Amino acid sequence: MTKRELKQFIGVNALRLFIVVTALFLILFLYVIISKGGKMISWSFIFESPKKYMTEGGIFPAIVGTFWLTIISIGISLPLGVFTAIYMVSYGKPAWFVRFVRVAINTLAGVPSIIYGLFGLTVFVQLMKFDVSILAGSLTLAVLALPVMINASEEALRGVPQDFREASLALGATERQTILRVLLPTALPNILTGTIISIGRVAGETAPILFTAATFYTRRLPTSVMDEVMVLPYHIYALMTEGAHADKQVPIAYGTAVVLLALVLLVSAVAIIIRYNIRKKRKW
Amino acid sequence: MNNFKEKIFKGITYTASLFTIIVLFGIIATLFSEGLPILKYVNIKDFLTSPNWHPTHIPADFGTLSLIVGSLVVTTGALIIAIPLGLGSAIYISEIAGPRSKEIIKPIIELLAGIPSVVYGLFGMAFLSPFLIKVFGIPTGLNAFSASIVLGVMVVPIISSMSEDALSTVPRNLREASFALGANKWETIVKIVLPAARSGVISSIMLGFGRAIGETMVVIMIAGGAAQIPTSIFQPVRPMTAAIASEMGETVIGSPHFHALFGIAIVLFIITFITNLITEFAFLKKRK
Repeated sequence: MTKRELKQFIGVNALRLFIVVTALFLILFLYVIISKGGKMISWSFIFESPKKYMTEGGIFPAIVGTFWLTIISIGISLPLGVFTAIYMVSYGKPAWFVRFVRVAINTLAGVPSIIYGLFGLTVFVQLMKFDVSILAGSLTLAVLALPVMINASEEALRGVPQDFREASLALGATERQTILRVLLPTALPNILTGTIISIGRVAGETAPILFTAATFYTRRLPTSVMDEVMVLPYHIYALMTEGAHADKQVPIAYGTAVVLLALVLLVSAVAIIIRYNIRKKRKW
Repeated sequence: MNNFKEKIFKGITYTASLFTIIVLFGIIATLFSEGLPILKYVNIKDFLTSPNWHPTHIPADFGTLSLIVGSLVVTTGALIIAIPLGLGSAIYISEIAGPRSKEIIKPIIELLAGIPSVVYGLFGMAFLSPFLIKVFGIPTGLNAFSASIVLGVMVVPIISSMSEDALSTVPRNLREASFALGANKWETIVKIVLPAARSGVISSIMLGFGRAIGETMVVIMIAGGAAQIPTSIFQPVRPMTAAIASEMGETVIGSPHFHALFGIAIVLFIITFITNLITEFAFLKKRK
């Protein structure tokens, strides 16, 4: 083996090693979480309220809390994101305004989630007096999801061939009719995929809801959007850092992690399947 | 009538776009209006360069240097792990792997990207930390080292997917020219493909840096929480995000401590903002 071949051999195998290390970490990670958390899973764990200061019982209120926070925040950020994307793609004037919006989106995408939490605390919790509530938390998460949503929608809209738009306009349709009846329906599956990916991300966020929505322990389910709620990711954090019965809390945290992981990964899997089907059916 | 509808619709989409700008300015305004008042209690030099963070003492010390250093230490550690793993897998996927191994490797990396950070935190706290105590015989497993490992794995998918995009846009004829001149695969990767994709790769690393320094749950759970300048990577640290997240719940709104936490957030925001700028400039250069 020459020196050059030796270098290549070492280099390529180092790359292989890096991938093996990454894969082994993932396997170990999933094994630890699932083996320790899997045995906690039962109907009563999922459908009951916590008991005895979180040392027994289930996590149903946290599942409900995560559900509402996610649905409401996506319900807010989806239309905002799609409308913004429409403006950027179809109207796109004046150019300085679009460039300004683009800078804003890119900057927002890089803002750490804890800063969104501080923003939510100041604006939604204090200024608008929503207190720590589902509403304040959902609004904070909606703002956090916005850049992802805009980018996904914009990419989807740009993916629609220019001919579609021109054909529609040539038939006498107005800009609005073209957008609503041609562009949006064609881009819809891809927008949907982006939305589902955002759902997975929003459901797993902890930092933005620390001071805007989450509470450690409540036995009752929320009755209005002004209630504070238990939430799956915050529940894991709280179980690990608060309370005095680590021996009983850690297994519940593992169990909660399995539920959260299953939820998030299931949602991503749905997105991947939809995307696959779109690509197969697409004729342009 | 139809014209009216057109205008209304355009108005709605315009307002939605305007909203992103409003939110950005809202965030900046919030941070500065709540953060700048800390300068009434401490001058800016001490705030940034004093390592003494004792916000609840009387009199209180509001030096954030140990928190900033804490963030930089875990972020650097994370990148030391994430760059070889992320860039390595990107190179392998784009240059070496056949279609079948691609189909196995890509989902693994996508899976890593989908895991919520709090679950990584749980893993670090309940499994990795006791494991490190056993292996290294250190007094605590919650320290800069363990936080770096977990944070590093979190950043791998970011670096990997963006670098792979950058590598795949390198024109094929560059590779072919290199092979035609007698270079082997490895020489082509190191001397031709990587330099050609340089700006994209740097962007991906900057993006990973931004994500790592802004990550909260992993460091709050695993980094150990001691506000000190570490002398060894096995010492606990308290990164900026961890200080904000864990202390905000205990402060009185409007107190010096409250303003100090927003002051830290300003520092964090500026760091991520500059990171973003560099990333974009690297991309702009690439387009030319």
